[in-house]
Amino acid sequence: MAHIPDGVLSAPVLITGGVVSLGLIGLALRQLDYDRLPQAAVLSATFFVASLINVPLGPSTAHLLLNGLMGLLLGWTAVPALLVALILQAAFFGFGGVLVLGVNTMNVALPALFCAALLAPRLKGRATPRRAFWIGFLAGLLGVLLTGVMVAMSLGLSGEAYVPAAKILVAVYIPLALVEGLITATIMAFLSRVAPEFLDREGRHHAAP
Amino acid sequence: MTALLLSPQAKGWMSERDPRLRIVAAIAFALVTVSLATIAGAAAALVCATALAMTAGMQPRALGKRLLALEGFVLILLLTLPFTTPGTTVLRLGPLTASAEGLHLAALILLKANAVVLALLALVGTLEPIVLGHALARLGAPEKLAHLLLMTVRQIHLLHAELGRLRQAMRARAFVPRSDSHTWRSYGWLMGMLLVRSLDHAQRVLAAMRCRCFDGRLYLLDSTAWATKDTIAALGFTVLLLALPLLDLVQR
Repeated sequence: MAHIPDGVLSAPVLITGGVVSLGLIGLALRQLDYDRLPQAAVLSATFFVASLINVPLGPSTAHLLLNGLMGLLLGWTAVPALLVALILQAAFFGFGGVLVLGVNTMNVALPALFCAALLAPRLKGRATPRRAFWIGFLAGLLGVLLTGVMVAMSLGLSGEAYVPAAKILVAVYIPLALVEGLITATIMAFLSRVAPEFLDREGRHHAAP
Repeated sequence: MTALLLSPQAKGWMSERDPRLRIVAAIAFALVTVSLATIAGAAAALVCATALAMTAGMQPRALGKRLLALEGFVLILLLTLPFTTPGTTVLRLGPLTASAEGLHLAALILLKANAVVLALLALVGTLEPIVLGHALARLGAPEKLAHLLLMTVRQIHLLHAELGRLRQAMRARAFVPRSDSHTWRSYGWLMGMLLVRSLDHAQRVLAAMRCRCFDGRLYLLDSTAWATKDTIAALGFTVLLLALPLLDLVQR
């Protein structure tokens, strides 16, 4: 549901999305050195694979977005990782479109960066499972909700007629956000027990040989 | 999807065209299609895209499944747009009135969105993902991004197999996904485990790369060459792309 198809958005929205995404990618790639590429690629692949899981939700099923979790675990690297996943999803699964790639990237990457800036510093040191659970819950919830708001804004800014559709979308995103929050929270609590070194992003940078 | 994840098979004429040409063609097709303003133009674009998909040897059933993924989003627009666009009334449903302009806009979106995705699936989706990565780099995408894409594609297969094993283990313990917190928690653990194993895996990958003299730089090795047939295909496609806006103008 985070993938807007082509032919919907207006040119100014498409261009803004493209420019913002290009800027974000440029900044993110500058900070990513080749030594960290394998790790980024493996995590990017993990998120791609995890987003294929059908999660039952009421009468229907949902796919996870996981952008909040990516922001928490990857920081800036989440931006190219998300772009790669979106390119692969568009080209091979037909999710989204071609010209909207910029807008779609912006809509999932900005919330990921927001989670990275706001929540990741709170994981410093050894986070207790309880603490990790709540940080994860917030990251999952905010990641999806902010993406929903950005998708709705992309629509709303493209034309007056889209506003009701945008409102319906936000309503659809609320249950998705709650489930994503719960699952992200479980993942974070699990990681804090099984692989606490994984959560301390700053520490991991320095530990890398 | 398990075995065929990201391993498309193009057949015949399409598979021999240069991957760079196919990427540029998909982008140009999207640009032209999105700018169309008449139903006839958008319908013609959809016909072209369908023809491309058939040429590429894609299975109609597989294509239908792919296109369905798109319709969730389009459906919300289709259901609301006729009632929210001001214009001449054509249909009344209680307090709601559907306008001709709204129906027109909704039909345009349905045609355009499907045309762009069909063309993308036919032109780019039939490339080997590795070839796609190389072609993007040759077209000027940042090298790090191309490498990230190439390595991600490689890892996706391995991790998908890992996910299959983990889910089989869950099934063996009589796990049935339902819409409850037990399912969501179990899926959280499943993804957590997947992350832990993949991080282990990343460390092994880096070590293996170091063993093979990884010096912080990767080299792109591919052997695509532009052929005369590609030039002909490019010219033919350009004519097609110019014809679409012309049809649009005539119909307006």
